[in-house]
Amino acid sequence: MTKSTPDTKDLQDPERRDFIVVATYAMGAVGAAAVAWPLIDQMNPAADTLALANTEVDISKIAEGQSITVKWRGKPVFVRHRTADEIARAETANGDDLRDPQPDDARVQRPELLVVVGVCTHLGCVPLGQKTGEVRGDYDGWFCPCHGSHYDTSGRIRKGPAPTNLEVPPYTFLSDSVIRIG
Amino acid sequence: MSADKFSNPVVRWIDHRLPVFSMLDHTAHDYPTPKNLNYMWNFGSLAGLSLTIMIATGIVLSMNYTPHIDYAFDSVERIMRDVNHGWMIRYIHMNTASFFFIVVYLHIMRGLYYGSYKAPRELLWILGVIIFLLMMATAFMGYVLPWGQMSFWGATVITNLFSAIPFVGESIVTWLWGGFSVDNSTLNRFFSLHYLLPFVIAGVVILHIVALHRFGSNNPIGINAKGPQDTISFHPYYTIKDVVGIAMFLLLLAMAVFFFPNAMGHPDNYIPANPMQTPAHIVPEWYFLPFYAILRAVPDKLGGVLMMFGAIAVLFVLPWLDRSPVRSARFRPVFRIFFWLLIIDAVLLGYLGAKPAEGIYVILSRLATAWYFLHFLVILPLLGVFETTKPLPKSISEPVLATAKGA
Repeated sequence: MTKSTPDTKDLQDPERRDFIVVATYAMGAVGAAAVAWPLIDQMNPAADTLALANTEVDISKIAEGQSITVKWRGKPVFVRHRTADEIARAETANGDDLRDPQPDDARVQRPELLVVVGVCTHLGCVPLGQKTGEVRGDYDGWFCPCHGSHYDTSGRIRKGPAPTNLEVPPYTFLSDSVIRIG
Repeated sequence: MSADKFSNPVVRWIDHRLPVFSMLDHTAHDYPTPKNLNYMWNFGSLAGLSLTIMIATGIVLSMNYTPHIDYAFDSVERIMRDVNHGWMIRYIHMNTASFFFIVVYLHIMRGLYYGSYKAPRELLWILGVIIFLLMMATAFMGYVLPWGQMSFWGATVITNLFSAIPFVGESIVTWLWGGFSVDNSTLNRFFSLHYLLPFVIAGVVILHIVALHRFGSNNPIGINAKGPQDTISFHPYYTIKDVVGIAMFLLLLAMAVFFFPNAMGHPDNYIPANPMQTPAHIVPEWYFLPFYAILRAVPDKLGGVLMMFGAIAVLFVLPWLDRSPVRSARFRPVFRIFFWLLIIDAVLLGYLGAKPAEGIYVILSRLATAWYFLHFLVILPLLGVFETTKPLPKSISEPVLATAKGA
């Protein structure tokens, strides 16, 4: 036979053709994904949004039993100077009705100062209980009016649809009177 | 169909090279339509009209709107006070959104009652459900644009639904927001998508019509047209019937726009958005209330979200849940009772969605949610097997002629 036989055989080898076709599609898919990624990732927080991610708070002016709300990453953060009674109730709460069990001392750096993100873990409403006269719920912490979640004096979920406790943001004491959140 | 059909030589010249006139003639003039359609068949054309009004008013509104958290609310107020005819254009846009949903809900009810989703129209039905989903996404994002209190908190609650997804939920929500809360990035992208999606809807509507014209419209007795004696041409018979519906629709729309423009809205949305305070009682727009009631009925976050999306997902598989070979409820006495119970159930869910989530309302929401799923997942499949249906007429013409003789 002629020299061209091996070539013809290669051309007619269906497995070899399939491999080339599959490789071409795969290469095309990788290319399309590489192009799509920047278009998708541009929706994630931009550099300037990330740069604004901390807030300093003067805590010396918060009287015992008083709460203030500060803004951090566009969200409210509740800073509550707890009374001895509130601390005692937060510490003695037992595991029975805690949906997301966590001891109080794992949620505070100093017992008198509770710092939590004021965003209900259900669907993101701001719970009531910061101002005097507002409903504080069955556990004297916060109450979310949107779908009825009750939080206790440690910001833990006790009743209602929310799945987890109010988030404790990362914060540090810069001095006895100033904390930095974020 | 032939080019000779058009007497105008310009039309003939164009049609020979670009057969758009033949195509229109085929879809909207000659198109053979069952001759027994009742007024429930008006809502498709009304939905098309609603979409057209929304796109037309939306394009001009966007010429005066500023998608920025500091200016959005004021730019909408400027449209209401200073822009020429701005108040009217915005009220038409707002109220037509509600009317669009009324029309589409009636259109869906028609499909459910007369079994329009059954073979061979399954894809036609599924395309309709896709349009419904796109409408909900578009309406939701449009409601965010005025940047009032309900805009902001509606956006917060709805985007937070995705945080229920295990493991990746939080990252998805941050991605949707473009930050750590609903903020300027969120408003910008919602505006972009709110402008885009209506055109996507228009594209799916074209597919919906292509699928419709493959087998033609269903009809009140639900049997296939057997030949030309059962059909009439779309124009002028149904174009004129559609015009009657359009006149009625525009009359009611004008009444809402000029006399009750805010009746279907919520006063809290005239308060500028405040990320630090949630309104005491937040509710979505009325057309989402039944789904919102289902969300709140379940005492578990992920469960509630799944049930809410499930309530729409179940519509996608409806053609395979209802196995009865008879389409129209006219010949299905038991199905007919359950159909009306479902409608009552949906209205009840809508009422409950507007009420606070406490006491008796929660219990009723749970019962109504259970009934909704029971209807689709248990009752419909069983009816397909056990129901004794009434005898079907031999043709579309037969019952009409019989009535004529009797009279």
